[in-house]
Amino acid sequence: MTAHESFSGAAEAAAPRSEERDGLLAIILRHPFAWLIALLGLVFAILPVWGDNVQLRESLLLAAVYVTLASNLNIVLGYAGYVNFGNIVFFGLGGYVCVYLVSEWQWPLGVAALIAGILVSLLALIFGLGILRLRGAFFALATIGVNEAVKAFVANFEPWGGAAGIYLSLDVYEPLGGPGQALWIVYFLIVAVMTASLFLSYAIKRSKFGLGLLAIGENEDAAAVLGVHTPRYKALAYSASAFLPAIVGGLYFFKTGTIEPGGAFDLTRSIEAIVMVMLGGIGSVTGAALGAFLYEELRGVLLTTEAFSHFQLVIAGLLLLGIVLFAPGGLMGFVYRRWPRARRLLQ
Amino acid sequence: MTALLEVTGINKRFGGVHAVHNLSLTVQDGEILGLIGPNGAGKSTVFNVINGIYPPDQGRVVFKGQDITGEPPYRIARRGVARAHQIVQPLASMTVLENCTVGACFGQADLPLGRARDVVHEAAEIVGLTDRLDHLAGQLTTAGKKHLELARALSARPELLLLDEVLAGLNPTEIERMIAVIRRIRDRGIAILMIEHVMRAVMSLSDRVVVLNLGGKLAEGTPQSVTRNPDVIAAYLGEPEPTAVSEGL
Repeated sequence: MTAHESFSGAAEAAAPRSEERDGLLAIILRHPFAWLIALLGLVFAILPVWGDNVQLRESLLLAAVYVTLASNLNIVLGYAGYVNFGNIVFFGLGGYVCVYLVSEWQWPLGVAALIAGILVSLLALIFGLGILRLRGAFFALATIGVNEAVKAFVANFEPWGGAAGIYLSLDVYEPLGGPGQALWIVYFLIVAVMTASLFLSYAIKRSKFGLGLLAIGENEDAAAVLGVHTPRYKALAYSASAFLPAIVGGLYFFKTGTIEPGGAFDLTRSIEAIVMVMLGGIGSVTGAALGAFLYEELRGVLLTTEAFSHFQLVIAGLLLLGIVLFAPGGLMGFVYRRWPRARRLLQ
Repeated sequence: MTALLEVTGINKRFGGVHAVHNLSLTVQDGEILGLIGPNGAGKSTVFNVINGIYPPDQGRVVFKGQDITGEPPYRIARRGVARAHQIVQPLASMTVLENCTVGACFGQADLPLGRARDVVHEAAEIVGLTDRLDHLAGQLTTAGKKHLELARALSARPELLLLDEVLAGLNPTEIERMIAVIRRIRDRGIAILMIEHVMRAVMSLSDRVVVLNLGGKLAEGTPQSVTRNPDVIAAYLGEPEPTAVSEGL
């Protein structure tokens, strides 16, 4: 029982995961990555305000939405190793719940978005307990099924406007000081949700919960034999990854002022989110954010370039193929290999 | 006196194959029980039933007085049963330290992340992996991966350790070392149920031996009495030549 004492020195060096519970300040100092996330959120919030640049704001808003989608997808895809092809269902359903609550019940935006997040998360927990019994390709197919089923249901659900969807009247923007100011407020809220997403990904990665998920991602059977409650962990991860995308969906569709099934449950967006995670580096918090940002910028360039505007998805497909074949670790995989120390700073 | 583990009358069929046939065995506190038998005798199936990979068709598994028959593996691990696999199952892109931390945090010890370190270092020290804690599990040698299986299982601080051919694939020097390691584990009061083909190890380590053949129990007793049993000799070799049994098969 005394043997471990003599090894405590080596333990310090080799134990990045093991931390004692202590003061807030010590925790902050030990987590430089958390500071990077906060800094990123600040930069996003300040940049467009500087010079009142509405065009930049719109571009960053889309980037923030995609960073949110990609980093939450990464919890299931990157940590637990389950390919969620239907991840966009959280975004669309959150959008519907929020828009409905705002337009029909005149709920304040913040409350409506929060309720949307909670409801979709609970729904994901129930779905998750069912479909996460499946593995590999069967799970991926089931997630597409969930998205398509929800889409078909919503398209026939009259209170939500059926196939035509819901249009918001301009009145809903009045409590936020009119449409012009509402756009700014929504932008700041989306940036806050993006920042929260990155914090969540990071916190999960550094927790016992995250260790369990990573073990499942490596080898699910071995994880179960080691004592990881695999069904519960997978369902919780699936549910957690639904919360913030649902909120960001609510904010996004509040901002666009209209929501219909085709736009809300668009499988293309699901696949693009997967491309983003793979591009940045599967399982890496930085990677998911970087991949989402780069992909969104690339898409912007392609859409505005005459020659490529119709081939944007072809490029996305080729990109995914290239990554899977030649660089399965994505950009951060390359960085981690080249500079192993970066793993500590850029989680 | 109740045993630590009591397996009573378990049967397991896979299609037409009767893999385990009406088998009963007990493991006492602090004991090493060797489980031997020719290939295909159903030894690994017995392990899979004990730690919940699949339920038995009939029979009961009782651990520490509680019926655990048919419970999922993660619950059985929590109760204090840990396993080292015959076919190594490293969490390949995680480090040795992280692999063992999973054992410590989710097994019987159920530690918070921050308190796993000491337990992991102790387990690594017993097994002799301390100098490779920051290596990726997937990059270890075969022997290293075998050691990792053991260290990871030990990190859970189990009361019963299931060792499935931890000596297979090791060279004679490594086997000698591993035998010493297993002794050290037993000396800490952990009971061991061990499947092993290396007879030298079984004979020197086991308090008792159960011999399986064709899914059923062929013999049970001290290592010496079992090796003199004509049925056992026949099952292994088909000829009455006791000395031949004592070398690896």
